[in-house]
Amino acid sequence: MLPLTPWAPGFGIYIHWPFCLAKCPYCDFNSHVASSIDQDRWRRAYLAELQHGANAGAGGGHKVTSVFFGGGTPSLMPPATVAAVLDAIAGHWPIAPDLEVTLEANPTSVEAARFADLRVAGVTRLSLGIQALDDDALRLLGREHDAAGAIAALALAARHFDRLSFDLIYARPGQTVTAWRDELTRAATLTSGHLSAYQLTIESGTAFYLRHARGALPLPDDDIAADLFEATQEILGAHGLPAYEISNHARPGQECRHNMTTWRCGDGLGIGPGAHGRLTDTDRNRVATQNHRTPAVWLAQVEANGHGGLPPEPLDADARRDEFLLLGLRLTEGVRRTASQAAFGCDPAELVSAPALARLVAGGFMELDDAGLRATAAGRQRLNAVLAALF
Amino acid sequence: MTDLNHIRNFAIIAHIDHGKSTLADRLIQVCGGLADREMREQVLDSMDIERERGITIKAQTVRLDYQAKDGRLYQLNLMDTPGHVDFAYEVSRSLAACEGSILVVDASQGVEAQTLANVYQALDNNHEIIPVLNKIDLPAAEPERIKQQIEDVIGLDASHAVMISAKTGLNVGDVLEAIIARLPAPKGNAEAPLKALLVDSWYDAYLGVVILVRVVDGRLTVGQKIRMMATGATREIDRVGVFRPKGTLTGTLGPGEIGFITAGIKEISETKVGDTLTDERRLAAEPLPGFKPSIPVVFCGLFPTDNAEFEHLRDSLGKLALNDASFQFEPESSAALGFGFRCGCLGLLHLEIIQERLEREFDLDLITTAPSVVYKITMTDGSVLDLHNPADMPDPVRIEKIDEPWIKATILLPDEYLGGILQLCTDRRGVQLDLTYAGSRAMLVYRLPLNEVVFDFYDRLKSISRGYASFDYSLDGYQEGDLVKMSILVNNEPVDALSIIVHRSQAERRGRALCERLKDLIPRQLFKIAVQAAIGGRVIARETISALRKDVLAKCYGGDITRKRKLLDKQKEGKKRMRQFGQVEIPQSAFIAALKMSDD
Repeated sequence: MLPLTPWAPGFGIYIHWPFCLAKCPYCDFNSHVASSIDQDRWRRAYLAELQHGANAGAGGGHKVTSVFFGGGTPSLMPPATVAAVLDAIAGHWPIAPDLEVTLEANPTSVEAARFADLRVAGVTRLSLGIQALDDDALRLLGREHDAAGAIAALALAARHFDRLSFDLIYARPGQTVTAWRDELTRAATLTSGHLSAYQLTIESGTAFYLRHARGALPLPDDDIAADLFEATQEILGAHGLPAYEISNHARPGQECRHNMTTWRCGDGLGIGPGAHGRLTDTDRNRVATQNHRTPAVWLAQVEANGHGGLPPEPLDADARRDEFLLLGLRLTEGVRRTASQAAFGCDPAELVSAPALARLVAGGFMELDDAGLRATAAGRQRLNAVLAALF
Repeated sequence: MTDLNHIRNFAIIAHIDHGKSTLADRLIQVCGGLADREMREQVLDSMDIERERGITIKAQTVRLDYQAKDGRLYQLNLMDTPGHVDFAYEVSRSLAACEGSILVVDASQGVEAQTLANVYQALDNNHEIIPVLNKIDLPAAEPERIKQQIEDVIGLDASHAVMISAKTGLNVGDVLEAIIARLPAPKGNAEAPLKALLVDSWYDAYLGVVILVRVVDGRLTVGQKIRMMATGATREIDRVGVFRPKGTLTGTLGPGEIGFITAGIKEISETKVGDTLTDERRLAAEPLPGFKPSIPVVFCGLFPTDNAEFEHLRDSLGKLALNDASFQFEPESSAALGFGFRCGCLGLLHLEIIQERLEREFDLDLITTAPSVVYKITMTDGSVLDLHNPADMPDPVRIEKIDEPWIKATILLPDEYLGGILQLCTDRRGVQLDLTYAGSRAMLVYRLPLNEVVFDFYDRLKSISRGYASFDYSLDGYQEGDLVKMSILVNNEPVDALSIIVHRSQAERRGRALCERLKDLIPRQLFKIAVQAAIGGRVIARETISALRKDVLAKCYGGDITRKRKLLDKQKEGKKRMRQFGQVEIPQSAFIAALKMSDD
């Protein structure tokens, strides 16, 4: 494997496929269950929006370093559409030699049958939504697979993809620290190099939200949640999968480059319904972009205007600084002095309140040295409070 | 101008919810003051807050034309008055403008504490009183028992009480007939020099200052030059009218009549409530007696949640004070809460109403500190000072003694709750003066320190009696007490807004309660937090808030980034309302919640 580029944020393209076979009760992503999908129309729309992005100069002449198919359930995309999207990207932009192409997939047998075709289409990295290795938990999470099926799908995926990741959800209702340690230890032996472990959060607009509001979904309290987080760091660290971001663990070099680009405040072009992006023009003006969320609306907009974007939001210096810190401090590497100098013309310590930083350093939550500014393990675990204190 | 014999001026007095405003509505309707389609509930309660809470805050007046059974047309002037003790001043003004009162008593609930207080005021004003039993259509009504109670508790002859249902309109006509038959007509002389009582005044955006008057002698006419006897100001009347209840110009008002005038007055401060208006060219020999001024007894700090709103708060308080003579304010600053005002009110309900009016009518977001009373502090050098704010308490070594205000409280309650209420009064340092029964209701009279009452007494009273006890009080002098200033320390630094003056015997209980409350209210932080209650240097209660262990967003991709940035912006904004205590920043909201006076 190629190691992670020493330090360059890169340029990523995110493709959002908004459709799922069923809506999971915890998921607040932009996902929809459709009875039928006009695949030709959708493929044309993706290609049109890519064309529009290229015409508008997205990427500022940089090579594309990553493409990420997210959703929804992009493993339900016709592999031909995936191939067409990748071909179009290669036609519009220069491509980095080690281009990473990730696609999110569900570990059901139906989707596993497409792995080979997706590999041929150009996908280099698969991210499987396994979520749990416990059948009761999978039922609770509303997943359509069981643990055995997930393990089988993972094995099949490993035959086609060098780079693999899977997601787990923890701090589930009633989950004990002992049970999670056991489940995570089994998971660590299954992974080839990357694992995302997300704490379950209750988002408004989901089925879990209503159940939680009714008191029918008792979540672990703050102290148990902290124990679970600390156990996650310890076990995955011991298996050679240290955290490189709050919820993402990888063997060194196996980090998800696409997401690293996001967290390092590189540019990202968002394509598809509800996709977000960050684009910087040649005058170093940066905007946040966002597409229409409703699939039918996005589709109609693209067909009418060539793109499905809402008016972009310009990011002023404060907003850029805030994003630089709130994203960068999620990373174990923190924010680099060189990156801060390049973007803001000053050291990272000068971006925050000096007395607050001094208190946080003294308290063991932050570290500052020649390389840059970062949150310690203790600080990352409490990053919301650390960020709130920094300004 | 109406013949005096054909005028009746009356007030309606009642305990809250006994149906005063409904009866007023019905009387207006029967007399044709408003078409049915114009009727809405509580016509006279014009402030939103009055209609919502079902209470009357400001006195209102309305003129009714009533064709009586004797064939004559009568002019009836109805003053709708507030029922609560906090608005006793408004009540006394209204009562002084009338010759009689209708006492409305709920036929199932019977006499309540406010009923008593209001009846005594009416009697002080030499009013004839017509008892009216309301809600007799309800199954729970027990008119005979309540009549007996009125005789036993108030000492009023209830044998001719009118039995009505204001809601259905049943027998409302009998009330009007009783007003004609049983209330005296006003006295006055149309030819004598003008004497008119300034009952109330308010600012109207279109008319300028509007003055509500009761003419005693002489007449008021458009174009007349009047003099206000207390201030000496002279003005020319440009409008004379009455409320029916809509304002209607009449051009003139004669003896016994109640109505309004405008006289090109821009500043409400020119009009002193209780003043006497007379004719500039034909002065009255002496003014009318006027009213006893009201003195604020409860003080608290009002702070804008957003410090940028300070000037807006100042303006709003000024406007409110114009409309509410019994309300005072002066600037105050607090390290925890920023700049605000120390406000003096007549009582807790008054305070609550003021806060609500500021929030609604002036769109302000406010923080209210714990109410405190006015202490009289005698210093070792013999000087005496009034202390309105615990934060201003002088060094104890220079204090000779502290006197606190006491009240005489009347509590009426079903006897099954007597044990709990007696215990409450004892816990709050009360001294029992009287305990009597009327049927299954007990009437308790207690002396209590006002300091204990403003804290949480009323809430406790309501909860112990499940809402069935009623309570009213009057001030009953000052008395020396063993009072100390209790401070609340967060990470060893005092929170000025939370310091209170408390009786030594209550300090530990209150201190522990406040510390426990803050422990629940202050969110866990990166560092642990010590919360202490102390008297002088001695800590009497302590709680520790352990440090936060985990607080981080699990996912931060795509749209999460913008959301998180906006949240951070909000947090930065919120920081303006944080205060640094050692290593930690405590949100003002925690202090605000701790200051909420209810549930202790």
